[in-house]
Amino acid sequence: MTMTEDAPARTVLGQRLLRKEDPALLTGEAKFTADLVVPGALHLAVLRSPYAHATINSVDVSEALAAPGVRAAYAGAEVAAMFTGPLPCAWPVTADMKNPAHFPLAVTKAAFAGDGVACVLADSAAAAKDALELIKVDYTPHEAVTNLEDALSDRVVIHDELGTNKSYTWDLKIEETEGQVDAAFATAAYTTKQRFIQQRLIPAAMEPRSVLAVPQPFGGDMTLYSTTQIPHILKIFVAVLTGIPEHQMRVIAPAVGGGFGSKLNVYPEEVLCTALARKHKVPVRWTEDRSEASMSTIQGRAQIQDIELAADADGRLTGIRVRLIGDMGAYLQLVAPGVPLLGAFLYAGVYELPKAYDFSCTSVFTNMTPTDAYRGAGRPEATYAIERSMDALATEMGIDPLELRRRNFIPKDAFPYEAFTGLTYDSGDHDAAATVAAELMGYDEFRARQAAQNVPGATKLLGLGVSTYFEMCGLAPSRVLASLNYGAGGWEAATVRVLPTNRVQVVTGTAPHGQGHETSWSMIAAEKLGVDPADVDVLHSDTAIAPYGLDTYGSRSLPVGGVAIANACDGVIDKARQIAAHQLEANPDDLEFSGGVFRVAGSPDREMPLAAIAWAAFTAHDLPDGMEPNLEHSTHYDPPNFSWPFGTHMCAVEIDTETGQVEVLKYVAVDDCGVQVNPLIVDGQVHGGVIQGLAQALYEGAVYDTDGNLKNSTLAEYLVPAASDVPPITLGHTVTPSPTNQLGVKGVGEAGTIGAAPAVINAVVDALSGLGVRDIDMPASPNNVWHAIQAARASTTSSTHGGSQ
Amino acid sequence: MIPAAFDYVRAGSAEEAISLIGEHGDDAKFLAGGHSLLPLMKLRLAQPTVLVDIGRVSDLSYIRDAGDHVAIGALTRHMDVETSDLLKQHVPLLAHAAGHVGDPQVRHRGTIGGSIAHADPASDLPATTLALGATYIAQGPNGTREIAASEFYQGFLTSALEADEMLTEIRVPKMNGAGWSFQKFNRRAQDWAIVGVAAWRRNGDSGVALVNMGSVPILATSVSSALAGGASIEDAAAQAAAEAEPQADLNASVEYRTHLAKVLVKRALTEAS
Ligand SMILES: Cc1cc2nc3c(=O)[nH]c(=O)nc-3n(C[C@H](O)[C@H](O)[C@H](O)COP(=O)(O)OP(=O)(O)OC[C@H]3O[C@@H](n4cnc5c(N)ncnc54)[C@H](O)[C@@H]3O)c2cc1C
Repeated sequence: MTMTEDAPARTVLGQRLLRKEDPALLTGEAKFTADLVVPGALHLAVLRSPYAHATINSVDVSEALAAPGVRAAYAGAEVAAMFTGPLPCAWPVTADMKNPAHFPLAVTKAAFAGDGVACVLADSAAAAKDALELIKVDYTPHEAVTNLEDALSDRVVIHDELGTNKSYTWDLKIEETEGQVDAAFATAAYTTKQRFIQQRLIPAAMEPRSVLAVPQPFGGDMTLYSTTQIPHILKIFVAVLTGIPEHQMRVIAPAVGGGFGSKLNVYPEEVLCTALARKHKVPVRWTEDRSEASMSTIQGRAQIQDIELAADADGRLTGIRVRLIGDMGAYLQLVAPGVPLLGAFLYAGVYELPKAYDFSCTSVFTNMTPTDAYRGAGRPEATYAIERSMDALATEMGIDPLELRRRNFIPKDAFPYEAFTGLTYDSGDHDAAATVAAELMGYDEFRARQAAQNVPGATKLLGLGVSTYFEMCGLAPSRVLASLNYGAGGWEAATVRVLPTNRVQVVTGTAPHGQGHETSWSMIAAEKLGVDPADVDVLHSDTAIAPYGLDTYGSRSLPVGGVAIANACDGVIDKARQIAAHQLEANPDDLEFSGGVFRVAGSPDREMPLAAIAWAAFTAHDLPDGMEPNLEHSTHYDPPNFSWPFGTHMCAVEIDTETGQVEVLKYVAVDDCGVQVNPLIVDGQVHGGVIQGLAQALYEGAVYDTDGNLKNSTLAEYLVPAASDVPPITLGHTVTPSPTNQLGVKGVGEAGTIGAAPAVINAVVDALSGLGVRDIDMPASPNNVWHAIQAARASTTSSTHGGSQ
Repeated sequence: MIPAAFDYVRAGSAEEAISLIGEHGDDAKFLAGGHSLLPLMKLRLAQPTVLVDIGRVSDLSYIRDAGDHVAIGALTRHMDVETSDLLKQHVPLLAHAAGHVGDPQVRHRGTIGGSIAHADPASDLPATTLALGATYIAQGPNGTREIAASEFYQGFLTSALEADEMLTEIRVPKMNGAGWSFQKFNRRAQDWAIVGVAAWRRNGDSGVALVNMGSVPILATSVSSALAGGASIEDAAAQAAAEAEPQADLNASVEYRTHLAKVLVKRALTEAS
C-alpha cells in the first residue's frame, strides 16, 4: 500500500494542533479517580510489612476494629478467601516457569517491605490510616535476599513452596550452523566483554494510584474506577478473580495522570476494593501515598547484563553473546517475565549480524518490590548494552564510535529486512538519522573543541556520546505474541460513527493516560472523513462505552489503535459511498471522495456531502435495498508486524572532575517514527522520553539496603529531575513511512527513553576516557563519577608502578 | 500522607504563643511556615498533639536596620529575606543564600525562624547565619535571652531553645563590604545541599560555615585561622573538614563529602577574595 493512494494531500495529519484534552486537565475540570465524589464511600488502608522477608505468625485486627470510624478489618487469609485465586501473571514465558501464589494481601509470608498484610475499611482515610497502627502482627523476620547472584544461589529461599528463587531461564540461540557463535568469538579480530547493571527505577507517575469500586447491590453490577492503563484487561481479571460475571463488570479509567507501565497491572488494591465493595455493599476507595507508591507500585529495569561482542578486522559484528539476570522482585506481576524477552531480539541494535547470537535470560525472585514493564520494557536495557558495547569496541579499535556504527548499519536498501532473529524490520534509514543528528550536534566541531579542551590536568572535560536504536513496538501481531507464550493478543478495536448532524464519534480500545489520543485520533478521523477535528469526539477508557480493546502500552496505540480507526473510517466511507451512489444514481466506482464530499467523476455538479449522507443514513427513508440504517463501522485490527521506529541520539557533556558533576551541554534526538500524525505531540513524547532516559543515566535509582528496605521512597530522596534540571533538547526527525499500515505510522512513546541513557553514559565515559575510566554505574551521580575517577587514577598509578598495562 | 490527629490553636502574638505552648506541654509544637514540620508529620515521623500556629504573628515579620546589625523577625519568609534591599546592601550573603532555599513555593511559606529553630544541618540559613556570627533572640515565659549562633546548634535537629521558648529575632552583623560567596552543591535545583559553604572575607577576618557536613551546621574555624595566619586559599581550604563529622548518605560517601567540602571552600574563598 502506498502513502498517497486516495489521499493526494493531507490536510489535517502533520499539523501541530494543540491538544484538545489540555484545557480540562490544566484547569482542573478533568476528574481523576481521587476527585470523584461518591457519597457513602468507605476508605481502604493497607498495612504493609516493615520486613522484606518474614513469616507472618499471626495478625490481630481486634483493636483496629474497635477504633472510631472503622467498619471492618481483615488479615491476608480472610482476604484470599474472597477471590477465586491469586493475582495473575499473564506471561508464562516457559512451561516450567515458577510463579508463586501472589495474594492481594500476604498470607503466610511477607516477601518485600511494602507487601500488604492486613487492611482496614473506615469512614475516612484518616480513620483508616490511624487504625492501621492498632493492628498487631507477629512476624518472624528472615534474612532478606537483595542481591541477584545471591538469590540464584538459593542460600535463602523466599517462596518455600517453590524450593528455589529461580523463576525461569529463557534462551534464544540463533545459529546457521552449530557452534557458529563460539567460532565467531574464536576467530574475531576484536572482542568486548562487559557487565552492565540496570538499576531499579521507580516509575513515579505524577498521579499516584487510586481506586474506587461502586457496587449496585440490587442489580449485581460493579463499576470500578481506577488509574489504570488497561481498563479492558483489568475488567476481565477482576471479573474472574472476584467471580463477578464479566457482563456485569464495568471498568472506567477517568483522567489518568501518567503511567509509564506502572499502571499496566492488576494490583491488590484494585481487586480488594472491588471485593470489599461487593461484600459490604458500599463504595470502597483507596488512594496511595507517594511513599506507599514507591514501595508497592511496580518498579522497572533491574537487570544484570553480561554482553560480549565479536567483530572482524573492520569492526563489523560477527557474533553476540548475552547473559541476563532479571530481578522479578518478590512476585511475578502481570507481564514481568516477558520484559527481558521484549529486549531479547534487540541486542544487535540496528546493526547487521549473521546468525551468530546466543541470548539467555534467567530471572529470579528477590525480597524487593516486584518489577514489571517500565517505559521501553526490555528495549532500553538491550539498547543500553549494545550501545555501550559498541563504544567499547570503538575504543578498542581506536576508531570513532559514529564511524563504527556506520560500518554496521543495516543499509537503507535492505528494508524490509529480515533480521537474524527471523523478525522483519519494516523500514529504516539509519545513516540518514545519524547524519541529521551529527549535523544538529555539530559533531566534528565538538570533537575538535574536545581535543583542545581535554588536555592533561584539565578539570573540565568534554564528552560526546552517540546511541542508535530500534524500538520494536506496536504490540503486536497476535500470532507472534502467541509464539512468545503471551496470554493475550495484540489487536485493537475501533468504531467510527457519523452522527445525524455530521459530528463524529470515535470509539477506541486504547486507554490514554497523557499521550493525547483524543487529539490524534480526532485528526485521523478528520483526515479520513474530511471533517473538522473539533467535530470529532473520542470515547475511550470505559468498558461500557468501548467494550473491546487491549489498552495502551508498548507504543502500540497509534500503529495498532490509530490504524484501526483509519480502517473503521474506510468502512464508513464505503457505506457512505453506497448511499451517495444510490441517491446520485451513479456507479459507486465513479464516485470520488475528498474534503468530505462525494463527487461523480466527470460531472462535478453531482455531489453529496457526508453531512447529507449521515442524515440520509439516519432517516433511512431512501437507502439501497437491504442496507441497514445509520453510518457506523466497527473493526478489529491485528497488525501484520511490529513497527520499527528508529533513530540516533547524541549527547554532549562537560564534567567537573573536582566535583564529579555532569552537565549536559546539548542533547540531540533524531527520531523516525514514520508519518507523524501531530508533530507537536511527537515532540512532547520524545521530550518526556529523553528526560526519563536521562533520569536513569544521571539521577534515579531505587536503593535498597541489605535488609531489603527502600532507602529513597520520597521524592526528596528519589531524584526525578524537575523542569529546572532538564537540558535543552534539540529535536530532528527523518520520516521513513512504515509500509505495513495505511497511515505509514510507527510508535513513538518509548523511543526517547530507549535512546537516551546510552547516549548520556557514552558521553560521560567518553569525557573521562583520558583518565582511564572505561565504565560507570548508573546513575552517574557526582558521587559515582568522582569515585570512578579516583578508582581509575588509583589503578593507573598502581599499574604504572607494576610496570604493566 | 495523613498525619496523626492533632489539635490546632492559632496565636495572635508571641506572648500568646508562648503561653499556649506552656499550657499544652511537651508534645505541643510551634507551627511557622510548616515546610519542615508538616512533611515530618505526614510521614508520621513527628506526632505533636497540639500545633500552636504562629504563622500570623505578623509583627514578627520585619527586616530592620539596627546600626551595626540587621534585625530580622523570626516569621520573615525566605522570599522577603531574599528580596530585601536592606539585606542586599548590608548582608548580601544572607539574601543570596535565602534565594537558594528550595523552590519559590518553599520560599514563600518557609520562615527564617522556622529554618533556624528546626536546626537542620542540611539547611542553608543556619550555616549562613553561623558564618556571619549572628545572634538569635529567644523569648520564654520569663523574658528574652540572646543566644550566639555558635552556641545554638546542639545536635541533629536540636537547638538551645527550651520547649517553651520561641525564637523571635535573628540579628546579623553588617558585612561592611566583606567579600562573600555561597556555594550550594546539589543534584537537582530545588534540593537541599549535598554540601554547602557560606563564606565571607574582609582583610584578615573571615567566617566560613558548612552545610550538611555533620549533625549540626559546622563553623570551619581551622580555615579561618589558617587564613588569618597567612595561608594560601589552597592550604586553608585543605582544612575545610577539620571540624566536620560528615555522614554517608545516598548522595555522598564520607570520602566524597569531605573532598567536596574542600573543593567548595576553595571556590568560596576564591570568589570571596
Ligand atoms: C520541598 C522543600 C524543599 C526545601 N529545600 C530547602 C533547601 O534547599 N534549603 C533549606 O534550607 N531548606 C529547605 N527546605 C526547608 C524550608 O526552608 C523550611 O521552610 C524551613 O526549614 C522551616 O521553616 P518553616 O517556617 O516552614 O518552619 P516549620 O516547618 O513551621 O517549623 C519547623 C520547626 O521549627 C519550629 N519553629 C518554627 N518557628 C519557630 C519559632 N519562631 N520559634 C521556635 N520554634 C519554631 C517548629 O515547631 C518546628 O519544629 C525545604 C522544604 C521543602 C518542603
